[in-house]
Parts: sequence; C-alpha cells; structure tokens
Amino acid sequence: MRTGGKVLAVASGGGHWVQLMRLRPALEGYEVAYCSVHPEYAEQVPGCRLHVVHDSNAKSKWGVLRTALGILWVLLKERPAVVLSTGAAPGGLALFFAKKLGAKTIWIDSIANAEVLSLSGQKAGRYADLWLTQWPELAADGGPEYSGSVL
Amino acid sequence: MILVTVGTQGPFDRLVRAVDAWAAAHPEQRLVAQIGATDFQPAAMESAANLDPIRFERLLREADCIVAHAGMGTILKALELGKPVLIMPRRAALGEQRNEHQLATAERFARLGVVQVAADEHELPAKLDVLVQQGNVERISNSASPELIGRLRGFLGEHLGPPQG
Repeated sequence: MRTGGKVLAVASGGGHWVQLMRLRPALEGYEVAYCSVHPEYAEQVPGCRLHVVHDSNAKSKWGVLRTALGILWVLLKERPAVVLSTGAAPGGLALFFAKKLGAKTIWIDSIANAEVLSLSGQKAGRYADLWLTQWPELAADGGPEYSGSVL
Repeated sequence: MILVTVGTQGPFDRLVRAVDAWAAAHPEQRLVAQIGATDFQPAAMESAANLDPIRFERLLREADCIVAHAGMGTILKALELGKPVLIMPRRAALGEQRNEHQLATAERFARLGVVQVAADEHELPAKLDVLVQQGNVERISNSASPELIGRLRGFLGEHLGPPQG
C-alpha cells in the first residue's frame, strides 16, 4: 500500500465539473489538487490548487495536443498517487498519462450518459483501475461497474 | 426572474426563440438569457452570449425558475438550489449536439419527476405557463449518493491509506 499520496481530480467545464464537486465528500482527509478548464472555478475549491488546461474535444487535433501537454505538465508537477475524473476529454487524457506514470486511476462516466457510455468514457475505461457508470443498465463484465450516482 | 441558459456547447436557437416568443406575450415577467454565440437577438429578454461562472451562479440563486437545455450541469445546480427547472433536449438530428444523450437525459429525468420537460419548442410555452406557477421544489443534498462516496473512499483507502484528520 502506498500511503500519504495525493489525489488529482480532473473535470472539464459545466456538468462534468458540477459532478466532480458532488464527489468532494469522498476526498475529505486526503490531499487534493484540481484540474479543469476555467480559472473561475478556483473559488469553489478554497485551500486547494486548481490547474487550468485548454478545453478541447476530438474535433480539433491541435486543441487535443494542447490539452494533452497541459495535462502532462500538471501530472509531472503534482505527481498524484491517484487520478480521478468525471470527464470529458481532459480527464481521459489525464487517465492515459497517469497510468503510464504509475498512478491509480478512477473514471466516473457522466450521469448524462444514460443509454451509451461517452466516447471519452469508452476510451478512458481502458486506463481506469476503477471504472464506474452511474446507470445500472450500463454496468457490464469487462466494462464499467455501477456503484451509485452523483444524485 | 426567469433564467434561461443553453450551456457552453454552442447556441440552441430553437429554445431561445420559443422562450423569447413566450416572453413577448408575458411582459410582466423578467427573463435573463444566456444564449451562446448566435446571430439571433432576443427581443423580449435580456441576453448575453456567455456569462462568467460567478455571475451565472448569482443569477441561478436569484432566479425564481430556470429554463435550460438538458445539460447535467444546469439540472444538478437547479436541484441543489431547489429551483423549479424546465428542460428541453438538444437534438443531434438537428445539429444541436454530437449525439442524442440529452434526449436520454430528458427522458430519465422526466420519469424521476424532479424536472419539467418540454420535448420541443411546440410544447415549451404551455410548460412555461406551468413552471412559473410552481413554487420552490425540495433541494437535493450537494453530495453524490452514499453508495458512490463509499466506493470511492474504499478505493482511496486501499491505495492511499486511511484519510487524515
């Protein structure tokens, strides 16, 4: 068991961030740093560092590259033992790099995906040590597990 | 005040036009709308393409009710604040988003009965008439379900040791 490590919690804007904020009780008692796409979110996580990366989606290759470099920089600076994300693209990239750097990873697919997993979720699941969906119907062997939701 | 929001994934004129038409017929109501980058200029409500998160949060708190696209961020914030909310899903078939997940979200939340849903712009005016009559709804807690929190704490405990403090 690794003890005393840090958690990096990653979410892009809007619903992904709101869902991450609802997971905060799970992080109490651990050192946490956050990573998102709007500097204004710092106000919602007093006492914690908030790193801001470029927001992107799969439509823009250059945008994804910029986000990826930003995420990698944050991971090298923070050296988290656990990376947790509620999506979307920045979280998927964070899990991909975190896994390579030896961190444990958690992916919580957005509650907005009630019928199919998100695209980033399907990819990120492969890099997740704990892969969760918020809809019991989407739980599957070799896929995500259901264990409650942000509601 | 009624807060109208289309979120940050681009304009949603079908919603904004329908609400603006309703607003024109209800001059006694004050509406503030966040409409994304669009050429459409609402005639009967205050509007801005985007609002910074702090101003947006303040408007959410001030609003009597909320009309929005079926985005999870707005739905969760509205429920946390106990505000009545009416959602209308963006449709991928109309180029309003990348897949039909808002349709699924709207259906699930309609079934849960915690939000009002207008399937499209034709249903919206009548649903808005009902929404403005509705008082505040019960607030949800600002935490995820105990089951999810417990699962995450179990995982963190296993890999980081017990929490401090």
